[in-house]
Amino acid sequence: MKPSTVVTGIGVTAPNGLGTKAYWAATLEATSGIDRITRFDPSRYPARFAGEVPGFVAKEHLSSRLLPQTDHMTRLALVAADWAFADAGVQPDQLDGYDMSVVTASSAGGFEFGERELQALWSKGSKYVSAYQSFAWFYAVNTGQISIRNGMQGPSAALVSDHAGGLDAIGQARRQIRKGTPLALTGGVDGSISPYGWISHLASGRISTAETPDRAYLPFDAAASGYVPGEGGALFVLEEANAARKRGAEIYGEIAGYASTFDPRPGSGRPPALKRAITLALQDAGMAPQDIDVVFADAVAVPELDRLEAEAITEVFGPRGVPVTAPKTMTGRLYAGAAPLDVAAALLAIRDGVLPPTVHIEPDDGYQLDVVTGIRTTPPRSALVIARGYGGFNSAVVVRSAR
Amino acid sequence: MTRREVAITGIGVVSPGGIGVPEFWSLLTEGRTATRLVTSFDPAQFRSRIAAEADFDPAEHGLGPQEIQRMDRAAQFGVVTAREAVRRSGLDVSTVDPGRIAVSVGSAIGASIGLEEEYRVASDDGKLDLLDENYASKHLYNFFVPSSIVAEVAWAVGAEGHATMVSDGCTSGVDAVGYGCELIREGSADVVIAGGTDAPITPITLACFDAIKATTPRNDDPEHASRPFDASRNGFVLGEGAAMFALEDLEHARQRGAHIHAVISGFAGRCNAYHMTGLKTDGREMAEAIRVAMDEARVNPEDIQYINAHGSGTKQNDRHETAAFKRSLGEQAYRIPVSSIKSMIGHSLGAIGAIEVAASVLALEHDVLPPTANLHTPDPECDLDYIPVTAREQDTDTVLTVASGFGGFQSAMVLTAPGASR
Repeated sequence: MKPSTVVTGIGVTAPNGLGTKAYWAATLEATSGIDRITRFDPSRYPARFAGEVPGFVAKEHLSSRLLPQTDHMTRLALVAADWAFADAGVQPDQLDGYDMSVVTASSAGGFEFGERELQALWSKGSKYVSAYQSFAWFYAVNTGQISIRNGMQGPSAALVSDHAGGLDAIGQARRQIRKGTPLALTGGVDGSISPYGWISHLASGRISTAETPDRAYLPFDAAASGYVPGEGGALFVLEEANAARKRGAEIYGEIAGYASTFDPRPGSGRPPALKRAITLALQDAGMAPQDIDVVFADAVAVPELDRLEAEAITEVFGPRGVPVTAPKTMTGRLYAGAAPLDVAAALLAIRDGVLPPTVHIEPDDGYQLDVVTGIRTTPPRSALVIARGYGGFNSAVVVRSAR
Repeated sequence: MTRREVAITGIGVVSPGGIGVPEFWSLLTEGRTATRLVTSFDPAQFRSRIAAEADFDPAEHGLGPQEIQRMDRAAQFGVVTAREAVRRSGLDVSTVDPGRIAVSVGSAIGASIGLEEEYRVASDDGKLDLLDENYASKHLYNFFVPSSIVAEVAWAVGAEGHATMVSDGCTSGVDAVGYGCELIREGSADVVIAGGTDAPITPITLACFDAIKATTPRNDDPEHASRPFDASRNGFVLGEGAAMFALEDLEHARQRGAHIHAVISGFAGRCNAYHMTGLKTDGREMAEAIRVAMDEARVNPEDIQYINAHGSGTKQNDRHETAAFKRSLGEQAYRIPVSSIKSMIGHSLGAIGAIEVAASVLALEHDVLPPTANLHTPDPECDLDYIPVTAREQDTDTVLTVASGFGGFQSAMVLTAPGASR
């Protein structure tokens, strides 16, 4: 029997709350963090809303030495990692470096940092490019910086699969725990709310151009017109269950199942692969569909993609067969940070016996989903988290109560 | 229960000086170098103006006009090498459940050429702070998220299993192969298309390595500019390329009568948790990765017959790595031939780790060890047998290949000949 992997610490930086407590309180109160972009003037663009993390002052958390060498999203990640360790009651400097792995997900790296250096190069010349560009922008930056800050020397990685990567990172961290690394820090904190990042998001053709923030991100609603990008995410401390219990750690829940699939080539006529990812994740957890108490949907809010997701869910669980929610309607989609934030919400939902809501939407009956549009107090013991990435990535994680 | 073993049954390579496996292997065994002054743009403003460029025409390798337009050069390399790997494996993918085929692509910096070109246009060479989306390509999102490269590879080979990009800086290539092995061993895939690709020869990449003086300024002698382990070396030469492999469950491969190039018998990665670009001289974490990879492969230092080194040609790397070999292999380190193919094809960041796996596999198969070109006067602190200048024939059953990357990543893989008896 494979050792079981549990979550003992959570660190959150989210657009509707900095820190796990603030995020969760806002989520249960249905408070959205989506608003007009403040990081640059968005007036000239067709889309002007994003989920920005509020009240984050990097120098309150990080040394002045780190600031010039880190992108905004890396700073958020370093702080989320600190909080995850503190929450787990683990002092990384007390552990052997080889006993700790870091596996994070990224979508586009430290993009705002890279944009600034591209501007320096092309407007002023190569001598103006920062000595930190070689690593502040690349996709492995958060893994490397978290490893250095916390002395973590175990098998580590950064994975990139667009919005699905956060779950793939959790899956890979669980592999390392199963292979014998006692602790892994994993998840994703991401963000690219900068002008070049913005026109890149726009090029996906999936960004909402709605005129008000509460109409901008409406998954499974007949008025769905695309999504809102956001920044932030969540990081977790994972440990082998027995070791965690032995040290008296508080356990949020178990990473019980994980699977990932890729959609067939466009035009191949073959069926999409999301349903298979869900089924395989359930199998991996040794659970049946009726054992799942709530589904955290990927919820792109592009009608065709909502339809595909609704079909996969109803094929596995039956029409309106399971409560489905998308608290990301309060944060926007956080790219590699999106699914980890959903995993955090799922674990907190299990802890507190509530289902967090999907806000602003009126579910389209055609999807045949039981969407949680207001907070519900049916205590969940398990949850399925779904994430998809541009191009055809499908990943699914099952979390369940460890009690 | 015996563990599932992982066979390499197909190889594809795009390398400077050698597109396709035979050309790549000729270059290495003849000890020729593919380093030269940058031709893809004017490098006049840079401190280091040298690179190892691949003379690669995507149309010649079967990519259509639409594929060429939507794919960055790194994606083109990835697709062409993935197709070559599948072709050479003799695997009829239509006989395999697509859901059992996974894809694991390593890349350090993804679609950097596409990103920089689009930036230049949309910002009007940096004049606009607020970039003009009307001047951006419809395919910009493909350059923005490098996972688009993974999608292209999956489509090219018809994979519908797990697919992801492993981006661990300069260990990405070997780490992606190691990640693919793990998928087969745990039983979540039967076939994995795994490898690495990068096309980093762009102004912004030259500028960022100039800024930390990591690349060599030997602009007056580009053909001999990459000099790992030589006393006169003064930085690495940027390269580009890709290598992809068809990995299969060994039993699956045997049952279909596949030609098995090598077995991946051990892989491990560790981090130095020290510095994003710096290395400690003691080589401790790389040594640990080597030790764990040998342990997984059930081999001892006495069994290792060749080491394909990271050998980037920076002073700190060459000394770090030499120390790591001594620390992990003891006295055996002085006996085992070591070489760096970066002396010939440069350092292609997230691709090179996979290209070095390809070189290691070919060394096993052909019993020829590629040399370290341009090595005439060894650094006295690098006192191992680095196979200077000329390839060496040697019966070889067990090879170690290592990689070291920004972010502190240190990786090691042990490859063994399929018939090797231990």
